[in-house]
Amino acid sequence: MDDIILDVRNLKKYFPTPHGMLHAVDDVSLSICKGQTLGLVGESGCGKSTIGRTILRLIEPTSGEIYFEGSNILEVPKSQFKSMRRNMQFIFQDPYSSINPRLTVSQSIAEPLIVNKLASSKRELHELVLHYMEMVGLDHRLASAYPHELDGGRRQRIGIARALSVRPRFIVCDEPVSALDVSIQAQILNLLQDLQEQLDLTYIFVTHNLSVVKHISNEIAVMYLGQIVEKCRTEELFERPLHPYTRALLSAILVPSPKARNKKREILKGEITSPINPAPGCRFAKRCNYATAACAEAGCELRDMGGGHMTSCARVNAGELKWD
Amino acid sequence: MSERLLEIRDLEVQYLTMGSTVRAVNGLSLVLNKGETLGVVGETGAGKTTLALSIMQLLPKKIGRIAGGSIVFAGQSILDASAREMRSVRGDEIAMIFQDPMTSLNPVMTIGDQVAEMLELHSEGRDKKEISDKVDALLEMVGIPAERKEEYPHQFSGGMRQRVVIAIALACNPTLLIADEPTTALDVTIQAQVLEMMEDLKTRLNTSMLLITHDLGVVAAMCDSVAVMYAGRIIEYGSVDQIFESPLHPYTIGLFNAIPSLEGKTHRLIPIEGLMPNPAELPQGCSFHPRCTKCMEVCRHQSPPDFDEGGHTVACHLFGADKEGA
Repeated sequence: MDDIILDVRNLKKYFPTPHGMLHAVDDVSLSICKGQTLGLVGESGCGKSTIGRTILRLIEPTSGEIYFEGSNILEVPKSQFKSMRRNMQFIFQDPYSSINPRLTVSQSIAEPLIVNKLASSKRELHELVLHYMEMVGLDHRLASAYPHELDGGRRQRIGIARALSVRPRFIVCDEPVSALDVSIQAQILNLLQDLQEQLDLTYIFVTHNLSVVKHISNEIAVMYLGQIVEKCRTEELFERPLHPYTRALLSAILVPSPKARNKKREILKGEITSPINPAPGCRFAKRCNYATAACAEAGCELRDMGGGHMTSCARVNAGELKWD
Repeated sequence: MSERLLEIRDLEVQYLTMGSTVRAVNGLSLVLNKGETLGVVGETGAGKTTLALSIMQLLPKKIGRIAGGSIVFAGQSILDASAREMRSVRGDEIAMIFQDPMTSLNPVMTIGDQVAEMLELHSEGRDKKEISDKVDALLEMVGIPAERKEEYPHQFSGGMRQRVVIAIALACNPTLLIADEPTTALDVTIQAQVLEMMEDLKTRLNTSMLLITHDLGVVAAMCDSVAVMYAGRIIEYGSVDQIFESPLHPYTIGLFNAIPSLEGKTHRLIPIEGLMPNPAELPQGCSFHPRCTKCMEVCRHQSPPDFDEGGHTVACHLFGADKEGA
């Protein structure tokens, strides 16, 4: 396919800690086509936000290659990267802490326009600010309001307007709706979808919420302790999950219907293990209900199980573990 | 009829702030029977936590004020109890699990000591050995090895800390457990573990539970009945089946529509337009009317009364006797 906008190969990010190397992202490869949404799901500490941040070089990766529209952005010197970042933007999780509380709504939205010299006059700047406010559904009368006067949903709209103001082609959305109430969450999800259609945007959507990710993504990558354990089309993942971790994750979702109460749940034992100096072999083996002794040594490469459905479970890949 | 454990009538709670009075709870009534789990659902600012704090008599001093109504727990009025009487009720008969296990534990006390503190406060005359054995048993009950009782909260993960909080809450076999968003801060697989454990302990100890949450999934999995709160009032109440199968209030219906479904593909979500009203300036009439798609003239002026049909209560002008008046 030639319309791949972002291609990440063998990305690694290790953080040094007093106890050893923390493998936040360990050999992750993924690619996204133009106009699509890739959902990155996993529990806290699995490295999903770190991937999002490394792609925009908000943190420098340990190793790996990131191709954006064909060129390796890691080879671009930092001084020149600023102009590149205009094409790639970030929407942060917490609208309460990601916006400067001392700037008004219009000042906040004007900031990226000024930094990137996108307006030639004060008048044009003002018009652009109003244009983006309108685009994200912020009323003009809020232009001189401060963030503390607004609710979480509106604050998140400021964050979205800021990201859009430099006309990016690609946006990393890091848990953009997790801090919001459900009724507001639906408003923001609809807005993100509308903007994608209008502006032909490509999203990486990082979240821990499986029903949100199902709603918004075309493709989903499930992460566990710094690695992708399963990756496929959204419908395929929910219909035919292959990795035992994905299966447990899907079974742990509480469906808002009392009929689901009698459903047999697959409850995982134990908790996420430490990402510091992880042992070789499958990282999920300790909590897996289907692990054998061999899993502790098994290689965990992603393998295509047909139709682009990739999983890293050695037992599934060997045909030992079949569902249904 | 099962036995009533907690009965709240027309409760009104206000916070006095600089210049304005915030009406956090407005004429709230509910009943909780023995052994029952009641889910209280609502969005940020609906007054869920204020309700919990009122029952516990833990409203912030000077600012928070119960302006009217009654709370009767096990036949006794809580509002008339003295501070000393409340101290013996709190923890012993009514216990609370707070949302954030990271902040509700004391970081400079071992978890064993924190569980023991509860036992010491509420059971005089027991010796050290007895308390220490009870601590071990409680920790084992929530799935924490007793050897770890000398460790501090920072040495545990979020899920484990919440287990410690639950062990403390259950230490004195309370008759009522108030759980305020007990799993909101946890990952889904850990949430599944903790909820399973709570369910199991609740049946074993025959505790009644008031489960406060914004997650309709948690309610469906855990509760017998549901109360939906909006702007400090219960706008709909019924059994889990009634609320989930045939919700009546436009707000409840809106909540269900706003959640992305796991079954089937929906292209667009149907959000509830507008925002939660400011509790310092509640709209006239029904508090939901500015956001309601079915708003009528009467909704703007008159607060709707509760309409009861077979135990399914709804506060909306669309239902009940005054339907024709619309």
